[in-house]
Amino acid sequence: MCVELMLNAANLTLVTFSRVNGTLDGQVMAFFTMVVAACEVVVGLAIIVAIYRSRRSASVDDASLLKR
Amino acid sequence: MLTIQTPEAVMFWFLAPLSVVAALGMLLVKKAVHSALLLAWVMITLAIFYIAQDALFLGIVQIVVYTGAVMMLFLFILMLVGVDASDSLTETIPGLRPIAITAALGFGGLLVSLIGRASLGHGAYGLTAANSEGNVQGLAKLLFSTYVWPFEVVSALLITAALGAMVLAHHQRTVDRPTQREQAIARFRGASLGSAAGLPNPGVYARHNAVDVPALLPDGSAAPNSISATLKARGDMLDSAQFELSEVDNTVQEEK
Repeated sequence: MCVELMLNAANLTLVTFSRVNGTLDGQVMAFFTMVVAACEVVVGLAIIVAIYRSRRSASVDDASLLKR
Repeated sequence: MLTIQTPEAVMFWFLAPLSVVAALGMLLVKKAVHSALLLAWVMITLAIFYIAQDALFLGIVQIVVYTGAVMMLFLFILMLVGVDASDSLTETIPGLRPIAITAALGFGGLLVSLIGRASLGHGAYGLTAANSEGNVQGLAKLLFSTYVWPFEVVSALLITAALGAMVLAHHQRTVDRPTQREQAIARFRGASLGSAAGLPNPGVYARHNAVDVPALLPDGSAAPNSISATLKARGDMLDSAQFELSEVDNTVQEEK
């Protein structure tokens, strides 16, 4: 969720500067950022569902079994 | 040149502190669902800002994609995992919290003091010229000419993400799927022949329209099939007695 907040902050900056510069490039970049963030949320939450299903716990800090 | 009109300034100074408070609250609130709802409020505020800054398409996409899809996905996963489940607050990496707070304050100070004072060499132009044919048309002109290659790559990314979600959520069957014949045999050799014709529709014996209140069988006991097994296992099943009518009028009156 904090990653979403950071991405939204970057989007707001992009939109504001597109208005300052008078071109729409900033808005196109913000649009791409939104698409990538949506993809990331989908895959991240699918990972959490898979972890929950196999371990019955969503604490992803425990997933350190590959660590020595 | 662009001058900010008063209504926009009033709206900004009213909504911006609210959204900052909501974002801070999202970090500090104890319950996960409150946190998600505060983040949804921040996103709605941002959508209002985008629309106020002549980014109409982006504002609507922010509401539809971010608030509507991403936040609802978060809430869905929160409900799946359990709203009371909380991560342990002890850090696995020692000293992470002071380092993180120092880094955040340092970054904020850097942005405000140095980068916030950078000047672009020109004033604000505003988007009236770029939006002259409409915001969507202007965006489309850019998206399909200058940015067509990133556009194609991002659409490939979307397809990959959907495939990845399907692969991660897939689970193999450990037993064969029962055939129609096996299902019919099991139905007639089941616990009672009364369920051979199928169970009554939902709502026939229901006492209340909530999912955690069980329906009552004719003898007054709770029907085990009317509640999801997950709720029963978690102990979230309520008692139907509190929803029963205290007085039922059994007298029959002649209508005059």
